Amino acid sequence: MAVKNKKLNLKDKYQYLTRDMAWEPSYQKKEDIFPDEQFEGIKITDWSQWEDPFRLTMDAYWKYQAEKEKKLYAIFDAFAQNNGHQNISDARYVNALKLFLTGVSPLEHAAFQGYAKVGRQFSGAGARVACQMQAIDELRHSQTQQHAMSHYNKHFNGLHDAAYMHDRVWFLSVPKSFFDDARSAGPFEFLTAISFSFEYVLTNLLFVPFMSGAAYNGDMATVTFGFSAQSDEARHMTLGLEVIKFILEQHEDNVPIVQRWIDKWFWRGFRLLSLVSMMMDYMLPNKVMSWAEAWEVYYEQNGGALFKDLERYGIRPPKYQDVANDAKHHLSHQLWTTFYQYSQATNFHTWIPEKEEMDWMSEKYPETFDKYYRPRYEYLAKEAAAGRRFYNNTLPQLCQVCQVPTLFTEMGAPTKLSHRQLVHEGERYHFCSEACCDIFKDEPEKYVQAWLPVHQIYQGNCEGADVETVVQKYYHINIGEDNFEYIGSPDHKHWLSIKGQKPADQSKDAA
Amino acid sequence: MSQLVFIAFQDNDNARYMVEAIQEDNPEAEVQHQPAMIRIQAEKRLVINRETMEEKLGRDWDVQEMLIDVISIGGNVDEDDDHFILEWK
Repeated sequence: MAVKNKKLNLKDKYQYLTRDMAWEPSYQKKEDIFPDEQFEGIKITDWSQWEDPFRLTMDAYWKYQAEKEKKLYAIFDAFAQNNGHQNISDARYVNALKLFLTGVSPLEHAAFQGYAKVGRQFSGAGARVACQMQAIDELRHSQTQQHAMSHYNKHFNGLHDAAYMHDRVWFLSVPKSFFDDARSAGPFEFLTAISFSFEYVLTNLLFVPFMSGAAYNGDMATVTFGFSAQSDEARHMTLGLEVIKFILEQHEDNVPIVQRWIDKWFWRGFRLLSLVSMMMDYMLPNKVMSWAEAWEVYYEQNGGALFKDLERYGIRPPKYQDVANDAKHHLSHQLWTTFYQYSQATNFHTWIPEKEEMDWMSEKYPETFDKYYRPRYEYLAKEAAAGRRFYNNTLPQLCQVCQVPTLFTEMGAPTKLSHRQLVHEGERYHFCSEACCDIFKDEPEKYVQAWLPVHQIYQGNCEGADVETVVQKYYHINIGEDNFEYIGSPDHKHWLSIKGQKPADQSKDAA
Repeated sequence: MSQLVFIAFQDNDNARYMVEAIQEDNPEAEVQHQPAMIRIQAEKRLVINRETMEEKLGRDWDVQEMLIDVISIGGNVDEDDDHFILEWK
Protein backbone atom coordinates (compact mmCIF):
# COMPACT_ATOMS: atom_id res chain seq x y z
CA MET A 1 0.00 0.00 0.00
CA ALA A 2 2.93 2.35 0.61
CA VAL A 3 3.75 2.53 -3.12
CA LYS A 4 0.37 4.08 -3.81
CA ASN A 5 1.48 7.51 -2.62
CA LYS A 6 3.86 7.83 -5.56
CA LYS A 7 0.81 8.77 -7.64
CA LEU A 8 -0.05 12.44 -7.80
CA ASN A 9 -3.05 13.25 -5.67
CA LEU A 10 -6.17 14.81 -7.16
CA LYS A 11 -5.32 18.36 -6.17
CA ASP A 12 -1.82 18.21 -7.68
CA LYS A 13 -3.04 16.64 -10.92
CA TYR A 14 -5.69 19.32 -11.33
CA GLN A 15 -3.15 22.03 -10.51
CA TYR A 16 -0.77 20.79 -13.20
CA LEU A 17 -3.51 20.69 -15.83
CA THR A 18 -5.12 24.03 -15.18
CA ARG A 19 -2.19 26.17 -14.11
CA ASP A 20 1.13 24.79 -15.27
CA MET A 21 -0.04 24.20 -18.84
CA ALA A 22 -1.19 27.81 -19.25
CA TRP A 23 1.11 30.73 -19.97
CA GLU A 24 1.22 34.51 -19.91
CA PRO A 25 1.22 35.99 -23.42
CA SER A 26 4.35 37.98 -24.25
CA TYR A 27 3.97 39.44 -27.74
CA GLN A 28 0.18 39.96 -27.91
CA LYS A 29 -1.98 41.93 -25.50
CA LYS A 30 -4.29 39.84 -23.32
CA GLU A 31 -7.35 41.90 -24.27
CA ASP A 32 -6.65 41.23 -27.96
CA ILE A 33 -6.51 37.50 -27.34
CA PHE A 34 -9.67 37.49 -25.19
CA PRO A 35 -11.66 40.40 -26.63
CA ASP A 36 -15.06 39.41 -25.18
CA GLU A 37 -13.99 39.20 -21.56
CA GLN A 38 -14.63 42.84 -20.62
CA PHE A 39 -17.69 44.27 -22.35
CA GLU A 40 -20.33 42.86 -20.00
CA GLY A 41 -18.82 44.83 -17.12
CA ILE A 42 -17.77 41.77 -15.10
CA LYS A 43 -14.52 42.39 -13.24
CA ILE A 44 -12.14 39.50 -12.68
CA THR A 45 -9.13 40.35 -10.56
CA ASP A 46 -7.61 36.92 -10.05
CA TRP A 47 -8.35 33.95 -12.31
CA SER A 48 -6.21 31.66 -10.14
CA GLN A 49 -9.08 31.60 -7.61
CA TRP A 50 -11.06 29.44 -10.06
CA GLU A 51 -11.48 25.90 -8.71
CA ASP A 52 -13.27 22.89 -10.10
CA PRO A 53 -14.29 20.99 -6.97
CA PHE A 54 -14.33 17.70 -8.92
CA ARG A 55 -10.74 18.37 -9.96
CA LEU A 56 -11.28 16.32 -13.05
CA THR A 57 -8.28 15.91 -15.34
CA MET A 58 -8.35 14.70 -18.94
CA ASP A 59 -7.08 11.18 -18.19
CA ALA A 60 -9.83 10.60 -15.62
CA TYR A 61 -12.39 12.33 -17.84
CA TRP A 62 -11.83 9.99 -20.79
CA LYS A 63 -11.67 6.94 -18.54
CA TYR A 64 -15.02 7.56 -16.87
CA GLN A 65 -16.77 8.83 -19.99
CA ALA A 66 -15.67 5.73 -21.90
CA GLU A 67 -17.08 3.54 -19.17
CA LYS A 68 -20.40 5.41 -19.25
CA GLU A 69 -20.61 5.06 -23.03
CA LYS A 70 -19.93 1.31 -22.94
CA LYS A 71 -22.69 0.76 -20.43
CA LEU A 72 -25.07 2.97 -22.35
CA TYR A 73 -24.58 1.40 -25.76
CA ALA A 74 -24.82 -2.13 -24.35
CA ILE A 75 -28.28 -1.16 -23.15
CA PHE A 76 -29.27 0.48 -26.46
CA ASP A 77 -28.29 -2.74 -28.23
CA ALA A 78 -30.27 -4.88 -25.82
CA PHE A 79 -33.25 -2.56 -26.09
CA ALA A 80 -33.29 -2.67 -29.89
CA GLN A 81 -32.57 -6.41 -30.14
CA ASN A 82 -35.40 -7.22 -27.77
CA ASN A 83 -37.93 -4.84 -29.35
CA GLY A 84 -38.00 -2.77 -26.19
CA HIS A 85 -40.57 -0.38 -27.65
CA GLN A 86 -43.16 -3.14 -27.27
CA ASN A 87 -42.72 -3.13 -23.50
CA ILE A 88 -43.52 0.49 -22.77
CA SER A 89 -46.63 1.26 -20.72
CA ASP A 90 -48.61 2.74 -23.62
CA ALA A 91 -47.76 4.29 -27.01
CA ARG A 92 -49.08 7.67 -25.83
CA TYR A 93 -45.80 7.81 -23.92
CA VAL A 94 -43.80 7.98 -27.19
CA ASN A 95 -45.23 11.46 -27.76
CA ALA A 96 -43.11 12.74 -24.89
CA LEU A 97 -40.06 11.41 -26.77
CA LYS A 98 -41.12 13.24 -29.93
CA LEU A 99 -41.18 16.48 -27.97
CA PHE A 100 -37.87 15.58 -26.34
CA LEU A 101 -36.09 14.81 -29.61
CA THR A 102 -37.28 17.97 -31.37
CA GLY A 103 -37.23 20.29 -28.36
CA VAL A 104 -34.44 19.14 -26.03
CA SER A 105 -31.82 17.19 -28.00
CA PRO A 106 -31.05 20.14 -30.32
CA LEU A 107 -30.46 22.21 -27.17
CA GLU A 108 -27.76 19.76 -26.15
CA HIS A 109 -26.11 20.48 -29.47
CA ALA A 110 -26.57 24.23 -28.96
CA ALA A 111 -24.96 23.83 -25.52
CA PHE A 112 -22.01 22.05 -27.12
CA GLN A 113 -21.53 24.99 -29.50
CA GLY A 114 -22.01 27.48 -26.69
CA TYR A 115 -19.40 25.93 -24.39
CA ALA A 116 -16.93 25.41 -27.23
CA LYS A 117 -17.29 29.13 -27.95
CA VAL A 118 -17.04 30.53 -24.42
CA GLY A 119 -14.24 28.08 -23.63
CA ARG A 120 -12.16 30.14 -26.06
CA GLN A 121 -13.16 33.46 -24.52
CA PHE A 122 -11.86 33.23 -20.95
CA SER A 123 -8.31 34.15 -20.07
CA GLY A 124 -8.39 31.80 -17.05
CA ALA A 125 -7.15 28.28 -17.89
CA GLY A 126 -9.35 26.57 -15.25
CA ALA A 127 -12.47 28.02 -16.83
CA ARG A 128 -11.31 27.03 -20.31
CA VAL A 129 -10.73 23.42 -19.26
CA ALA A 130 -14.14 23.20 -17.56
CA CYS A 131 -15.91 24.62 -20.64
CA GLN A 132 -14.05 22.26 -22.96
CA MET A 133 -15.10 19.19 -20.97
CA GLN A 134 -18.67 20.40 -20.83
CA ALA A 135 -18.70 21.04 -24.58
CA ILE A 136 -17.68 17.42 -25.18
CA ASP A 137 -20.31 16.21 -22.69
CA GLU A 138 -23.06 18.16 -24.44
CA LEU A 139 -22.09 16.78 -27.83
CA ARG A 140 -22.26 13.29 -26.31
CA HIS A 141 -25.76 14.00 -24.97
CA SER A 142 -27.02 15.20 -28.33
CA GLN A 143 -25.63 12.10 -30.05
CA THR A 144 -26.75 9.51 -27.50
CA GLN A 145 -30.27 10.94 -27.49
CA GLN A 146 -30.51 10.64 -31.25
CA HIS A 147 -29.16 7.09 -31.11
CA ALA A 148 -31.60 6.09 -28.37
CA MET A 149 -34.57 7.44 -30.27
CA SER A 150 -33.58 6.08 -33.66
CA HIS A 151 -35.12 2.80 -32.55
CA TYR A 152 -38.46 4.50 -31.86
CA ASN A 153 -38.23 6.23 -35.23
CA LYS A 154 -38.46 2.81 -36.88
CA HIS A 155 -41.81 2.11 -35.23
CA PHE A 156 -43.56 5.42 -34.56
CA ASN A 157 -44.31 8.64 -36.44
CA GLY A 158 -43.11 12.19 -35.81
CA LEU A 159 -39.44 11.44 -35.09
CA HIS A 160 -38.10 11.63 -38.62
CA ASP A 161 -36.73 15.18 -38.95
CA ALA A 162 -36.00 16.62 -35.51
CA ALA A 163 -33.18 19.06 -36.28
CA TYR A 164 -35.04 20.50 -39.28
CA MET A 165 -38.22 20.93 -37.24
CA HIS A 166 -36.34 22.53 -34.36
CA ASP A 167 -35.42 25.47 -36.59
CA ARG A 168 -38.94 26.02 -37.92
CA VAL A 169 -41.91 24.60 -35.98
CA TRP A 170 -43.85 27.20 -33.97
CA PHE A 171 -43.61 25.74 -30.44
CA LEU A 172 -39.98 24.70 -30.96
CA SER A 173 -39.03 28.35 -31.22
CA VAL A 174 -39.51 28.36 -27.43
CA PRO A 175 -36.47 26.15 -26.70
CA LYS A 176 -34.56 27.39 -29.76
CA SER A 177 -34.88 31.07 -28.88
CA PHE A 178 -33.92 30.31 -25.28
CA PHE A 179 -30.54 28.95 -26.30
CA ASP A 180 -30.02 31.49 -29.09
CA ASP A 181 -30.57 34.23 -26.51
CA ALA A 182 -27.92 32.69 -24.23
CA ARG A 183 -25.42 32.01 -27.01
CA SER A 184 -25.68 35.52 -28.40
CA ALA A 185 -24.94 37.00 -24.95
CA GLY A 186 -21.45 37.57 -23.55
CA PRO A 187 -19.44 34.71 -22.03
CA PHE A 188 -20.25 35.50 -18.39
CA GLU A 189 -23.94 35.86 -19.08
CA PHE A 190 -23.85 32.57 -20.98
CA LEU A 191 -22.38 30.80 -17.94
CA THR A 192 -24.88 32.44 -15.58
CA ALA A 193 -27.71 31.49 -17.94
CA ILE A 194 -26.78 27.93 -18.75
CA SER A 195 -24.37 26.67 -16.07
CA PHE A 196 -26.09 28.30 -13.15
CA SER A 197 -29.74 29.17 -13.81
CA PHE A 198 -30.45 26.30 -16.16
CA GLU A 199 -28.13 23.46 -15.13
CA TYR A 200 -27.96 24.10 -11.42
CA VAL A 201 -31.34 25.54 -10.61
CA LEU A 202 -33.70 23.98 -13.17
CA THR A 203 -32.53 20.93 -15.16
CA ASN A 204 -33.17 18.51 -12.31
CA LEU A 205 -36.85 18.98 -13.12
CA LEU A 206 -36.33 17.54 -16.57
CA PHE A 207 -33.70 14.92 -16.04
CA VAL A 208 -34.52 13.50 -12.63
CA PRO A 209 -38.31 13.05 -12.13
CA PHE A 210 -39.06 12.81 -15.87
CA MET A 211 -36.38 10.14 -16.42
CA SER A 212 -37.51 8.26 -13.36
CA GLY A 213 -40.94 8.44 -15.02
CA ALA A 214 -39.49 7.01 -18.25
CA ALA A 215 -38.26 4.03 -16.22
CA TYR A 216 -41.69 3.66 -14.67
CA ASN A 217 -43.16 3.52 -18.17
CA GLY A 218 -40.81 0.76 -19.30
CA ASP A 219 -38.54 2.88 -21.49
CA MET A 220 -35.16 1.36 -20.75
CA ALA A 221 -33.35 3.31 -23.51
CA THR A 222 -34.49 6.75 -22.43
CA VAL A 223 -33.95 6.32 -18.72
CA THR A 224 -30.46 5.08 -19.48
CA PHE A 225 -29.43 7.97 -21.72
CA GLY A 226 -31.16 10.35 -19.34
CA PHE A 227 -29.30 9.19 -16.28
CA SER A 228 -26.05 8.80 -18.23
CA ALA A 229 -26.36 12.43 -19.37
CA GLN A 230 -27.31 13.47 -15.87
CA SER A 231 -24.15 11.89 -14.45
CA ASP A 232 -22.27 14.56 -16.48
CA GLU A 233 -24.84 17.06 -15.31
CA ALA A 234 -23.73 16.58 -11.68
CA ARG A 235 -20.39 18.01 -12.75
CA HIS A 236 -22.05 20.78 -14.76
CA MET A 237 -24.18 21.76 -11.80
CA THR A 238 -21.15 21.95 -9.56
CA LEU A 239 -19.46 24.11 -12.16
CA GLY A 240 -22.56 26.33 -12.30
CA LEU A 241 -22.46 26.98 -8.58
CA GLU A 242 -18.70 27.56 -8.59
CA VAL A 243 -18.99 29.99 -11.52
CA ILE A 244 -21.48 32.15 -9.66
CA LYS A 245 -19.49 32.14 -6.44
CA PHE A 246 -16.30 32.90 -8.35
CA ILE A 247 -17.77 35.88 -10.21
CA LEU A 248 -19.38 37.26 -7.05
CA GLU A 249 -16.21 36.91 -5.00
CA GLN A 250 -14.08 38.68 -7.61
CA HIS A 251 -15.65 42.14 -7.32
CA GLU A 252 -18.66 43.74 -5.63
CA ASP A 253 -19.57 45.53 -8.87
CA ASN A 254 -20.41 42.12 -10.29
CA VAL A 255 -23.29 41.54 -7.86
CA PRO A 256 -26.02 43.69 -9.48
CA ILE A 257 -25.10 42.42 -12.96
CA VAL A 258 -25.31 38.79 -11.86
CA GLN A 259 -28.57 39.45 -9.99
CA ARG A 260 -30.16 40.83 -13.16
CA TRP A 261 -29.00 37.77 -15.11
CA ILE A 262 -30.34 35.41 -12.44
CA ASP A 263 -33.73 37.18 -12.53
CA LYS A 264 -33.81 36.94 -16.31
CA TRP A 265 -32.56 33.38 -16.75
CA PHE A 266 -34.60 31.88 -13.94
CA TRP A 267 -37.67 33.20 -15.69
CA ARG A 268 -36.56 32.19 -19.19
CA GLY A 269 -35.83 28.67 -17.87
CA PHE A 270 -39.10 28.47 -16.01
CA ARG A 271 -41.06 29.37 -19.16
CA LEU A 272 -39.09 26.80 -21.16
CA LEU A 273 -39.79 24.10 -18.56
CA SER A 274 -43.53 24.67 -18.85
CA LEU A 275 -43.20 22.13 -21.70
CA VAL A 276 -41.78 19.64 -19.20
CA SER A 277 -44.68 20.21 -16.81
CA MET A 278 -47.08 18.82 -19.39
CA MET A 279 -44.71 15.98 -20.30
CA MET A 280 -44.77 14.89 -16.66
CA ASP A 281 -48.44 15.27 -15.85
CA TYR A 282 -49.99 14.32 -19.19
CA MET A 283 -47.53 12.37 -21.33
CA LEU A 284 -46.38 9.74 -18.81
CA PRO A 285 -49.20 7.17 -18.67
CA ASN A 286 -47.74 5.71 -15.44
CA LYS A 287 -47.19 8.65 -13.16
CA VAL A 288 -44.43 8.98 -10.59
CA MET A 289 -44.65 12.52 -9.30
CA SER A 290 -46.70 15.55 -10.33
CA TRP A 291 -45.14 18.71 -11.72
CA ALA A 292 -46.19 20.55 -8.56
CA GLU A 293 -44.45 17.97 -6.35
CA ALA A 294 -41.31 18.06 -8.51
CA TRP A 295 -41.31 21.87 -8.36
CA GLU A 296 -41.59 21.75 -4.57
CA VAL A 297 -38.65 19.36 -4.17
CA TYR A 298 -36.34 20.59 -6.92
CA TYR A 299 -37.05 24.29 -6.88
CA GLU A 300 -38.68 25.39 -3.66
CA GLN A 301 -36.64 23.11 -1.41
CA ASN A 302 -33.32 22.77 -3.25
CA GLY A 303 -33.44 26.22 -4.81
CA GLY A 304 -34.37 27.65 -1.42
CA ALA A 305 -31.26 26.10 0.16
CA LEU A 306 -29.15 27.43 -2.70
CA PHE A 307 -30.37 31.02 -2.55
CA LYS A 308 -30.00 30.99 1.22
CA ASP A 309 -26.36 30.08 0.64
CA LEU A 310 -25.94 32.94 -1.84
CA GLU A 311 -27.35 35.54 0.56
CA ARG A 312 -23.86 36.20 1.90
CA TYR A 313 -22.88 37.63 -1.50
CA GLY A 314 -25.86 39.97 -1.56
CA ILE A 315 -27.84 37.80 -3.98
CA ARG A 316 -31.60 37.36 -3.39
CA PRO A 317 -33.91 34.73 -4.92
CA PRO A 318 -35.06 35.41 -8.52
CA LYS A 319 -37.43 38.37 -8.79
CA TYR A 320 -40.47 36.50 -10.11
CA GLN A 321 -40.12 33.23 -8.20
CA ASP A 322 -43.44 33.85 -6.39
CA VAL A 323 -45.23 33.84 -9.73
CA ALA A 324 -43.48 30.59 -10.68
CA ASN A 325 -44.30 28.98 -7.33
CA ASP A 326 -47.97 29.93 -7.68
CA ALA A 327 -48.05 28.65 -11.27
CA LYS A 328 -47.14 25.10 -10.23
CA HIS A 329 -50.87 24.44 -9.62
CA HIS A 330 -51.84 25.47 -13.17
CA LEU A 331 -48.92 25.17 -15.55
CA SER A 332 -49.26 21.65 -16.97
CA HIS A 333 -53.04 21.97 -17.42
CA GLN A 334 -52.83 25.29 -19.25
CA LEU A 335 -50.10 23.94 -21.54
CA TRP A 336 -51.86 20.67 -22.36
CA THR A 337 -55.21 22.30 -23.13
CA THR A 338 -53.36 24.63 -25.51
CA PHE A 339 -51.46 21.85 -27.29
CA TYR A 340 -54.68 19.82 -27.45
CA GLN A 341 -56.28 22.49 -29.64
CA TYR A 342 -53.21 22.96 -31.86
CA SER A 343 -52.47 19.29 -32.57
CA GLN A 344 -52.95 19.90 -36.27
CA ALA A 345 -49.59 21.74 -36.19
CA THR A 346 -47.46 19.48 -33.95
CA ASN A 347 -45.27 16.45 -34.66
CA PHE A 348 -46.89 14.65 -31.71
CA HIS A 349 -50.41 13.63 -30.76
CA THR A 350 -52.58 14.88 -27.94
CA TRP A 351 -55.60 13.35 -26.18
CA ILE A 352 -58.09 13.81 -23.38
CA PRO A 353 -56.68 12.24 -20.19
CA GLU A 354 -58.36 9.00 -19.17
CA LYS A 355 -60.68 8.90 -16.17
CA GLU A 356 -58.05 7.44 -13.79
CA GLU A 357 -55.59 10.09 -14.93
CA MET A 358 -58.06 12.88 -14.23
CA ASP A 359 -58.70 11.40 -10.79
CA TRP A 360 -54.94 11.38 -10.18
CA MET A 361 -54.82 15.05 -11.13
CA SER A 362 -57.72 15.87 -8.79
CA GLU A 363 -55.71 14.27 -6.02
CA LYS A 364 -52.45 16.02 -6.94
CA TYR A 365 -54.06 19.39 -7.67
CA PRO A 366 -56.89 19.53 -5.13
CA GLU A 367 -57.21 23.33 -5.28
CA THR A 368 -57.29 23.74 -9.02
CA PHE A 369 -57.94 20.68 -11.20
CA ASP A 370 -61.62 20.00 -10.50
CA LYS A 371 -62.44 23.67 -10.30
CA TYR A 372 -60.76 24.99 -13.45
CA TYR A 373 -59.53 22.20 -15.70
CA ARG A 374 -61.66 19.05 -15.41
CA PRO A 375 -64.74 20.85 -16.78
CA ARG A 376 -62.75 21.87 -19.86
CA TYR A 377 -61.77 18.26 -20.57
CA GLU A 378 -65.30 17.06 -20.01
CA TYR A 379 -66.52 19.62 -22.52
CA LEU A 380 -63.78 18.75 -25.05
CA ALA A 381 -64.51 15.02 -24.62
CA LYS A 382 -68.19 15.60 -25.29
CA GLU A 383 -67.37 17.56 -28.42
CA ALA A 384 -65.01 14.83 -29.63
CA ALA A 385 -67.65 12.13 -28.94
CA ALA A 386 -70.11 14.10 -31.08
CA GLY A 387 -67.61 14.06 -33.95
CA ARG A 388 -66.42 17.62 -33.34
CA ARG A 389 -62.90 17.07 -31.99
CA PHE A 390 -61.79 20.65 -31.37
CA TYR A 391 -58.93 22.25 -33.31
CA ASN A 392 -58.25 25.94 -32.99
CA ASN A 393 -57.78 27.51 -36.40
CA THR A 394 -56.66 30.92 -35.18
CA LEU A 395 -52.91 31.30 -34.83
CA PRO A 396 -51.96 32.28 -31.27
CA GLN A 397 -50.45 35.56 -30.04
CA LEU A 398 -46.86 34.78 -29.02
CA CYS A 399 -44.84 36.46 -26.30
CA GLN A 400 -42.04 38.55 -27.82
CA VAL A 401 -39.50 37.16 -25.32
CA CYS A 402 -40.25 33.53 -24.36
CA GLN A 403 -42.25 32.91 -27.58
CA VAL A 404 -44.85 30.81 -25.72
CA PRO A 405 -48.42 31.71 -26.77
CA THR A 406 -49.87 34.16 -24.25
CA LEU A 407 -51.79 31.38 -22.52
CA PHE A 408 -50.82 31.86 -18.87
CA THR A 409 -53.00 33.44 -16.21
CA GLU A 410 -52.30 36.04 -13.55
CA MET A 411 -50.94 34.99 -10.16
CA GLY A 412 -53.86 34.42 -7.82
CA ALA A 413 -56.41 34.94 -10.63
CA PRO A 414 -56.55 31.70 -12.63
CA THR A 415 -59.28 32.83 -15.01
CA LYS A 416 -57.59 36.10 -15.92
CA LEU A 417 -55.23 35.97 -18.88
CA SER A 418 -51.79 37.41 -18.22
CA HIS A 419 -50.84 39.89 -20.93
CA ARG A 420 -48.59 42.96 -21.11
CA GLN A 421 -47.86 45.27 -24.01
CA LEU A 422 -45.39 47.99 -24.74
CA VAL A 423 -44.74 50.45 -27.55
CA HIS A 424 -41.08 50.69 -28.49
CA GLU A 425 -39.98 53.02 -31.30
CA GLY A 426 -43.46 53.08 -32.79
CA GLU A 427 -44.02 49.31 -32.74
CA ARG A 428 -46.30 47.50 -30.29
CA TYR A 429 -44.93 44.35 -28.61
CA HIS A 430 -46.87 41.72 -26.62
CA PHE A 431 -45.75 39.69 -23.61
CA CYS A 432 -47.04 36.77 -21.57
CA SER A 433 -46.03 38.32 -18.26
CA GLU A 434 -44.48 41.20 -16.36
CA ALA A 435 -41.25 39.19 -16.18
CA CYS A 436 -40.91 38.76 -19.95
CA CYS A 437 -41.80 42.44 -20.41
CA ASP A 438 -38.99 43.37 -17.98
CA ILE A 439 -36.51 41.30 -19.95
CA PHE A 440 -37.53 43.12 -23.13
CA LYS A 441 -37.17 46.54 -21.48
CA ASP A 442 -33.60 45.74 -20.46
CA GLU A 443 -32.50 44.89 -24.00
CA PRO A 444 -35.15 45.95 -26.52
CA GLU A 445 -32.61 46.05 -29.36
CA LYS A 446 -32.10 42.31 -28.88
CA TYR A 447 -35.73 41.18 -28.62
CA VAL A 448 -37.17 43.33 -31.43
CA GLN A 449 -35.26 40.91 -33.68
CA ALA A 450 -37.09 37.82 -32.37
CA TRP A 451 -38.14 35.36 -35.09
CA LEU A 452 -41.75 34.78 -34.07
CA PRO A 453 -43.25 31.84 -35.95
CA VAL A 454 -46.78 33.25 -36.15
CA HIS A 455 -45.56 36.62 -37.48
CA GLN A 456 -43.38 34.80 -39.97
CA ILE A 457 -46.33 32.79 -41.30
CA TYR A 458 -48.40 35.96 -41.70
CA GLN A 459 -45.50 37.68 -43.43
CA GLY A 460 -45.38 34.86 -45.96
CA ASN A 461 -41.96 33.52 -44.97
CA CYS A 462 -43.05 29.91 -44.31
CA GLU A 463 -43.84 28.60 -47.79
CA GLY A 464 -47.55 29.28 -47.62
CA ALA A 465 -50.42 31.20 -46.14
CA ASP A 466 -52.58 28.34 -44.84
CA VAL A 467 -51.84 26.00 -41.94
CA GLU A 468 -51.84 22.86 -44.08
CA THR A 469 -49.12 24.10 -46.43
CA VAL A 470 -46.99 25.44 -43.60
CA VAL A 471 -47.30 22.19 -41.61
CA GLN A 472 -46.57 19.91 -44.54
CA LYS A 473 -44.10 21.86 -46.63
CA TYR A 474 -42.36 24.14 -44.17
CA TYR A 475 -42.40 21.97 -41.01
CA HIS A 476 -42.03 18.52 -42.67
CA ILE A 477 -44.86 17.22 -40.48
CA ASN A 478 -46.67 14.43 -42.30
CA ILE A 479 -50.35 15.26 -42.19
CA GLY A 480 -52.54 12.45 -40.90
CA GLU A 481 -49.53 10.53 -39.57
CA ASP A 482 -47.60 12.76 -37.19
CA ASN A 483 -50.26 15.24 -36.14
CA PHE A 484 -53.89 15.39 -34.85
CA GLU A 485 -55.61 13.37 -32.10
CA TYR A 486 -53.91 10.24 -30.72
CA ILE A 487 -57.05 8.08 -30.66
CA GLY A 488 -57.41 6.60 -34.12
CA SER A 489 -53.96 7.75 -35.25
CA PRO A 490 -51.62 5.36 -37.12
CA ASP A 491 -49.48 5.16 -33.93
CA HIS A 492 -52.54 4.18 -31.91
CA LYS A 493 -53.54 1.50 -34.43
CA HIS A 494 -49.99 0.21 -34.59
CA TRP A 495 -49.84 -0.04 -30.82
CA LEU A 496 -53.10 -1.95 -30.64
CA SER A 497 -51.81 -4.43 -33.20
CA ILE A 498 -48.57 -4.86 -31.20
CA LYS A 499 -50.72 -5.66 -28.19
CA GLY A 500 -52.91 -8.02 -30.22
CA GLN A 501 -56.00 -5.84 -29.92
CA LYS A 502 -58.23 -4.38 -32.57
CA PRO A 503 -58.79 -0.62 -32.63
CA ALA A 504 -61.64 0.16 -30.26
CA ASP A 505 -64.74 2.05 -31.33
CA GLN A 506 -63.48 5.59 -31.79
CA SER A 507 -66.27 7.53 -30.13
CA LYS A 508 -66.11 5.27 -27.07
CA ASP A 509 -62.37 5.76 -26.68
CA ALA A 510 -62.51 9.49 -27.10
CA ALA A 511 -65.08 9.79 -24.33
CA MET B 1 -35.30 27.30 7.44
CA SER B 2 -34.11 23.81 6.74
CA GLN B 3 -31.24 23.62 4.23
CA LEU B 4 -30.98 20.20 2.66
CA VAL B 5 -28.16 18.79 0.58
CA PHE B 6 -28.91 15.80 -1.63
CA ILE B 7 -27.39 13.25 -3.95
CA ALA B 8 -29.17 10.90 -6.34
CA PHE B 9 -27.77 7.66 -7.79
CA GLN B 10 -28.94 5.23 -10.41
CA ASP B 11 -30.49 2.26 -8.64
CA ASN B 12 -27.86 -0.32 -9.58
CA ASP B 13 -25.36 -2.65 -7.96
CA ASN B 14 -22.60 -0.05 -7.46
CA ALA B 15 -24.99 2.45 -5.98
CA ARG B 16 -26.32 0.02 -3.42
CA TYR B 17 -22.86 -0.16 -1.78
CA MET B 18 -22.65 3.61 -1.95
CA VAL B 19 -25.99 3.95 -0.18
CA GLU B 20 -24.85 1.50 2.53
CA ALA B 21 -21.66 3.48 3.06
CA ILE B 22 -23.51 6.78 3.16
CA GLN B 23 -26.01 5.46 5.68
CA GLU B 24 -23.21 4.26 7.90
CA ASP B 25 -21.36 7.60 7.82
CA ASN B 26 -24.47 9.81 7.86
CA PRO B 27 -26.97 8.06 10.17
CA GLU B 28 -29.39 11.02 10.04
CA ALA B 29 -29.65 10.97 6.22
CA GLU B 30 -32.99 10.13 4.63
CA VAL B 31 -32.98 7.56 1.80
CA GLN B 32 -35.79 7.79 -0.80
CA HIS B 33 -36.37 5.01 -3.35
CA GLN B 34 -37.92 6.19 -6.64
CA PRO B 35 -38.23 4.33 -9.97
CA ALA B 36 -34.69 3.54 -11.22
CA MET B 37 -33.06 5.90 -8.72
CA ILE B 38 -32.14 6.39 -5.08
CA ARG B 39 -32.14 9.89 -3.62
CA ILE B 40 -30.47 10.68 -0.30
CA GLN B 41 -30.92 13.95 1.53
CA ALA B 42 -29.59 15.35 4.76
CA GLU B 43 -29.57 18.60 6.69
CA LYS B 44 -26.57 20.75 5.70
CA ARG B 45 -23.98 18.00 5.13
CA LEU B 46 -23.48 14.59 3.53
CA VAL B 47 -20.19 12.73 3.25
CA ILE B 48 -18.99 9.72 1.24
CA ASN B 49 -15.75 8.30 2.66
CA ARG B 50 -13.37 6.25 0.54
CA GLU B 51 -12.45 4.10 3.52
CA THR B 52 -16.05 3.09 4.25
CA MET B 53 -16.67 2.37 0.56
CA GLU B 54 -13.57 0.18 0.34
CA GLU B 55 -14.76 -1.77 3.38
CA LYS B 56 -18.18 -2.31 1.78
CA LEU B 57 -16.78 -3.26 -1.62
CA GLY B 58 -13.78 -5.27 -0.42
CA ARG B 59 -11.54 -3.55 -2.98
CA ASP B 60 -9.76 -0.27 -3.65
CA TRP B 61 -12.17 2.49 -4.63
CA ASP B 62 -11.40 5.80 -6.27
CA VAL B 63 -13.69 8.63 -5.11
CA GLN B 64 -14.17 9.68 -8.75
CA GLU B 65 -15.78 6.31 -9.51
CA MET B 66 -18.96 7.82 -8.13
CA LEU B 67 -19.15 9.91 -11.31
CA ILE B 68 -20.43 6.85 -13.16
CA ASP B 69 -23.55 6.32 -11.08
CA VAL B 70 -24.45 9.76 -9.75
CA ILE B 71 -27.51 11.46 -11.27
CA SER B 72 -27.67 14.74 -9.45
CA ILE B 73 -26.45 16.67 -6.43
CA GLY B 74 -27.39 19.73 -4.42
CA GLY B 75 -24.89 21.60 -2.22
CA ASN B 76 -21.31 22.81 -2.39
CA VAL B 77 -18.90 20.06 -3.39
CA ASP B 78 -15.63 19.35 -1.62
CA GLU B 79 -13.78 16.39 -3.07
CA ASP B 80 -10.32 14.98 -2.47
CA ASP B 81 -8.68 11.54 -2.52
CA ASP B 82 -10.41 10.42 0.69
CA HIS B 83 -13.90 11.84 0.59
CA PHE B 84 -16.72 13.51 -1.31
CA ILE B 85 -18.62 16.08 0.75
CA LEU B 86 -21.77 18.02 -0.06
CA GLU B 87 -22.58 20.92 2.22
CA TRP B 88 -24.24 24.22 2.86
CA LYS B 89 -22.03 26.10 5.31
